[in-house]
Amino acid sequence: MPPTLVIARLTVQETSRRRLILALIILTLIVVGFSAWGFHKITTVTNSAGNTLPPEQVALITSQLLIVVTFMYSGVLALSAAVVAGPLISSEVESGLLLSMLARPVRRSEVVIGKWLGLAVLVALYAAGSALFELAAVDWATGYLPPHPVQLVLYVGAEGLVLLSLGLVLSTRLSGITGGVIALVAWLMGWIGGVVGDVGAGLQNQAVENVGVISHLILPTDLLWRGAIYAMEPDAFLATLRAAGTVARANPFAAVDPPPLPFLGWVVVWFGLMLALSIWSFRTREI
Amino acid sequence: MTVPRGEVFGFLGPNGAGKTTSVKLLLGLLKPTSGHASLLGRPIGDLQTRRKIGYLPELFRYQGWLSAREVLALHCELAPLPRSSWKDEITSALETVGLTDRAGDRVSTFSKGMQQRLGLAAALLGEPELVFLDEPTSALDPVGRHDVREIIRGLASRGTAVFLNSHLLSEVEQVCDRVAVVDHGRVIASGTMDELLSGTAVKVRVTGLDGAGKGELAAFGNIDDEGDHLTFTNLKPDRVPELVSTIVGLGGKVFEVSPRHQTLEDRFLQLLEEEEK
Repeated sequence: MPPTLVIARLTVQETSRRRLILALIILTLIVVGFSAWGFHKITTVTNSAGNTLPPEQVALITSQLLIVVTFMYSGVLALSAAVVAGPLISSEVESGLLLSMLARPVRRSEVVIGKWLGLAVLVALYAAGSALFELAAVDWATGYLPPHPVQLVLYVGAEGLVLLSLGLVLSTRLSGITGGVIALVAWLMGWIGGVVGDVGAGLQNQAVENVGVISHLILPTDLLWRGAIYAMEPDAFLATLRAAGTVARANPFAAVDPPPLPFLGWVVVWFGLMLALSIWSFRTREI
Repeated sequence: MTVPRGEVFGFLGPNGAGKTTSVKLLLGLLKPTSGHASLLGRPIGDLQTRRKIGYLPELFRYQGWLSAREVLALHCELAPLPRSSWKDEITSALETVGLTDRAGDRVSTFSKGMQQRLGLAAALLGEPELVFLDEPTSALDPVGRHDVREIIRGLASRGTAVFLNSHLLSEVEQVCDRVAVVDHGRVIASGTMDELLSGTAVKVRVTGLDGAGKGELAAFGNIDDEGDHLTFTNLKPDRVPELVSTIVGLGGKVFEVSPRHQTLEDRFLQLLEEEEK
């Protein structure tokens, strides 16, 4: 097996042996259980006339609640990716664990790519697995499914990969705690930058709107989150948003349009840049 | 400086002299700012050469969540060794370092000494042509140190070159064919043990000498001053009567004079003192 894949396997094995995967599975199942119970309640609540809600209203409320629940999942994914990626290389350099491995015929680039690959597999599995369970639970409880579930998984998974890539770059130079904290703060700032850009769009102020564009270019997590929201919005809700005009854009839990294609192309380039930066940074680091 | 195949080479120096840095440079873990070196006939940093090299770092640490056997399997895979040979290689390495009984236990349950033994086992995998051992006995008890000396002798007997970084001079003296002494990143002496330890050291037990009196004795060469015990690290035996009469003349009372062959420690201290001057 090539060294890159050996390192990737080792990374997956480590998270498994350290019971991170087990903890995430248990927590996810608990959240899925509670949210299934909550979503089921939507179908049984009554309005002021004493009647249960009509199916269209159930679907609308469910879609909005699902966006909030997904925000929590994307937060867990981002948090986990940042916390796990933060010490990925730095802790092994500091402890000396990498010394004996790098004395083997292993390139530093293979270590970086292998670690990224191992965690990327976990991020993808978590995004797909949690979405599968949550959407199955929502479907069972309310009969509602978001219009684009596959795109939803891709956007949320990509958001986790962005945080993982950022954490990896930082971990080539900074200690685990510092790298993890910076990645988390960057994620929150990226979200706030996106909200500021939305306000600019709502006010039709180009300068303020550009804050969102620039923040999306620097750290595309919020852009991908908007893509996930768009994948969850039913057509009727989208039509209402569009009818409301630019004001409807000033909402961090709504998306009128999917992320533009050039932006998605930039995300791919961004991943490449982060990996190249990680490799260069680790190659030039003294260990 | 050259280390031939099959030789046990000791690399000595005080803390911060550059011993570990030199090993990391040779292994390609650090990039040199100037100069050049080659390993097994290839420039340093060559990936293919690393297939034939074993390395026990001074800062030894292995995946605590793997078992000893799994750590060695990982190193077999990275080396890379043919999969068919892994089982025999791992069994033999574990047996050599005395960890057979703990092969299936997680490394996180190992003592520091056991982890160092595991590191040594990893360095022995695949019958390397050159083994770097950086302070290989720093965490070991006397039995462990004896075992490591035996392992080093075994490596040398099958033609493996061993580059031993250590500041345990008695250990180096026992196993090394040749040594180099390094200080502030520079080799200040090198040669075989016989070449380096050709002088005689004289130990004198004396009282009644003050600092000025001891200063007068500098004419007899470097002195390792341990209070009442003064060791003249390189003094010819025919100068002993002159030394004793000088001490008596300075008001000192001589209780014991014992000339002996210079040890590596005597020579090491002498070299460092000369270097400081």
